[in-house]
Amino acid sequence: MDLTLTPQMAAFRDEVRGFLEASRNTYENGQPRNARDWQAKLIEAGYAARTIPRQYGGFGAEPDVLKARIIAEEFIRANAPRGMAGQGISMLVPTLLEVGSEEQKRRWIAPTLRGEIIWCQGYSEPGAGSDLASLSTKAVEDGADFVISGSKIWTSTAHLAQMMFCLVRTEPRAAKHEGISYVLIPMDTPGIEVRPLKTMTGQAEFNEVFFTDVRVPQANVVGGRGRGWFVANTTLRHERGMLGDPNATEARLGQLIELMKTESVGGERIIDNPIFRDRLMQLQARVYSMKFNGLRLLTSAVTGESTGLAGLVVKLQGCELNHQIAALAIDALGELGILYHDGPHLRAKGNWQRSYMFDLGLIIGGGTAQIQKNIISERGLGLPREPSPAKV
Amino acid sequence: MRFALSEDQKMLADSVANALADLSPLERVRRFADAGEDTAPDLWAGLAELGVPGILIPEEHGGLGLGLLEAALAAEALGAAVAPTPFLGSAVLAPLALTLAGSDAQKAKWLPKLAAGEISAGAAIAEAVAGGRDGAGVEARAGKLSGKALFVLDGMTADLLVVADAKGGLHLVETPPAAQRMDSIDATRRLAEVAFKDTLAQPLASNQALERLRDAAWVILAAETLGAAQTMLDKAVAYAKERRQFGRVIGSFQAVKHLCAEMAAEIEPARALVWYAAYAFDHAPEEATVMAAHAKAHLSEIGRFVARTATEVHGGIGMTDLLGLHYWFKRIGQNRQLLGGPEKVREYAARAQGLVSA
Ligand SMILES: Cc1cc2nc3c(=O)[nH]c(=O)nc-3n(C[C@H](O)[C@H](O)[C@H](O)COP(=O)(O)OP(=O)(O)OC[C@H]3O[C@@H](n4cnc5c(N)ncnc54)[C@H](O)[C@@H]3O)c2cc1C
Repeated sequence: MDLTLTPQMAAFRDEVRGFLEASRNTYENGQPRNARDWQAKLIEAGYAARTIPRQYGGFGAEPDVLKARIIAEEFIRANAPRGMAGQGISMLVPTLLEVGSEEQKRRWIAPTLRGEIIWCQGYSEPGAGSDLASLSTKAVEDGADFVISGSKIWTSTAHLAQMMFCLVRTEPRAAKHEGISYVLIPMDTPGIEVRPLKTMTGQAEFNEVFFTDVRVPQANVVGGRGRGWFVANTTLRHERGMLGDPNATEARLGQLIELMKTESVGGERIIDNPIFRDRLMQLQARVYSMKFNGLRLLTSAVTGESTGLAGLVVKLQGCELNHQIAALAIDALGELGILYHDGPHLRAKGNWQRSYMFDLGLIIGGGTAQIQKNIISERGLGLPREPSPAKV
Repeated sequence: MRFALSEDQKMLADSVANALADLSPLERVRRFADAGEDTAPDLWAGLAELGVPGILIPEEHGGLGLGLLEAALAAEALGAAVAPTPFLGSAVLAPLALTLAGSDAQKAKWLPKLAAGEISAGAAIAEAVAGGRDGAGVEARAGKLSGKALFVLDGMTADLLVVADAKGGLHLVETPPAAQRMDSIDATRRLAEVAFKDTLAQPLASNQALERLRDAAWVILAAETLGAAQTMLDKAVAYAKERRQFGRVIGSFQAVKHLCAEMAAEIEPARALVWYAAYAFDHAPEEATVMAAHAKAHLSEIGRFVARTATEVHGGIGMTDLLGLHYWFKRIGQNRQLLGGPEKVREYAARAQGLVSA
């Protein structure tokens, strides 16, 4: 354990602070005034896309756990927005870096990082949720192209996206996991129809996507034909890391503490109520646990040690914790906590309620809590796999 | 930066665990508990060969001169083995009290003996940290102590006692009065009641030493609980892989698998919290109290969950004295209440970050 700041690292921290101080007018309440300009500025300074090679539009730094930590902490302290996230930057880019062709990396990574291409993830289907490998959207070879037909569902941001990374069945005669390919599909290709699905938050966060004879060049396959399951698992690993991100959780806890310090009920500040304070402390211990667990994972990413259980539990624990933080915020607000949409008494634009609902979606999405527990017990603890059910 | 144990730290943890596998197998623990022993000199002497009693004692006084993280790793191993040792009093609290607040003469007199494991020490700080019960509390006047102390840690066979008075001052009692055992659920860690009546005591110049002792004790109890919880999970998983019902091992039932996964998901991040709390004690003093309190309270909570869940995975045999799982269950239950239950300790965490109005 060595978390001391060398003079060099203290200088780096001052540099990040200086940057945030100087750019104070370009963000407000944790939101950038112009998301793309902010992103460009962050990449240039090395606070976004930090370790992505320069030739693909990143900053090109060596991975450095402490610097990553300093950046995260200073951004939390300043309540400054981090760089863009989302499925393109957090999932597709690392996947392309790992298994994409040189041509694919050059073509897709830089505009994605700049926020010019929004991606959506076309995995789930009506008949293939947790059992993703049973997906049936098919891609039939036709000359240099594939012709795709079928449908996807729960596709987040498909209504905004220019591109989709999608799992399709290219080898109908191969075994379940071996007949799948991972393809990149422009959303404006003829034959694609997107129908937004309104969720319980009142917004359309995800969609149905229908494919009728959608033609895509075979060159858009990532990682090789029939290798889609393997590639998808690379992406999913990154998704689970993103969904359980402890920095985002810590920032949220900070907002909750602020709320409890500033809101009063009947003249008593919420933080002065010992029951609420105790609940806050229980969550804070969990937030710190996830934060330090995250530092442990970052360290093993650099030293190449295997992370084992410490990594496998992040999605399960992190998503539940986010949901619980929103739940406490709502309880602390009491009746004010049920206000939504608009109105003079509404707090934080209704974001606590929205988070509370949306975070439940994240407990389900990206592999449900139950699937995470299967993974933890099988891969982490070596318990036997679920026996296949008898054919009915 | 590295958030990981060093090779030396891993080696230390392994060597303590290996030594305990020989010194403190379940039969030895059981003998201690069943025969009503107050001390297990064989264990302490064995650990002394590795330097464990002197882990926090400066090298100039014959110790290893290591930090609280190393002590926490040793405590984790002790908890994993539910070993009956006076580690908390003799290797943590008394050495810290002496190094923080003792005179040179006091250090020279006691530290080498503690480091060698020749004598043992207890700590009577429960009232000062968690509040007095049943009229307990100690008053200091003119170099003498009066009143009674409950839940004295490692007090049954102590050659030396560190005592906190009602005002938070610390004292060294070189000839402790006779102690009464307080029978508790955990027969592998003896607690004592000690009555003082004009008992001679030397004041320890104690600027915040009590707070430091309390923080260290919280971290050590958390680390012990972590070790005990990990053992309970390991035993539950091993049993789930071997016990068959309905023609399958029970570990292939999702209801059982998911209980195991939930235990692991609680334990693994908590490990990082314990490491950090121990690290902060030595290297980030401004965070030390918050982190120690969180470690203590959080490990108490997840420890309770693991203790009951791991027992449940075992079915009926989990309840038996014969299997002995209950030793870990009880150690976890006892640690939860010592020096403040989670509610009390969380209030310290809130106070230490200015969240409690005056
Ligand atoms: C907000 C949100 C956003 C999403 N975004 C996307 C996206 O962008 N792209 C995309 O492709 N998908 C997305 N999804 C879909 C998500 O990945 C699936 O919802 C998820 O994998 C579960 O599949 P399902 O909905 O079909 O539920 P099912 O698989 O039918 O599960 C229903 C219930 O059964 C349980 N269950 C199923 N199988 C098992 C098992 N083997 N053991 C124990 N329990 C089991 C589940 O845990 C769950 O409780 C999103 C979902 C949500 C909620």
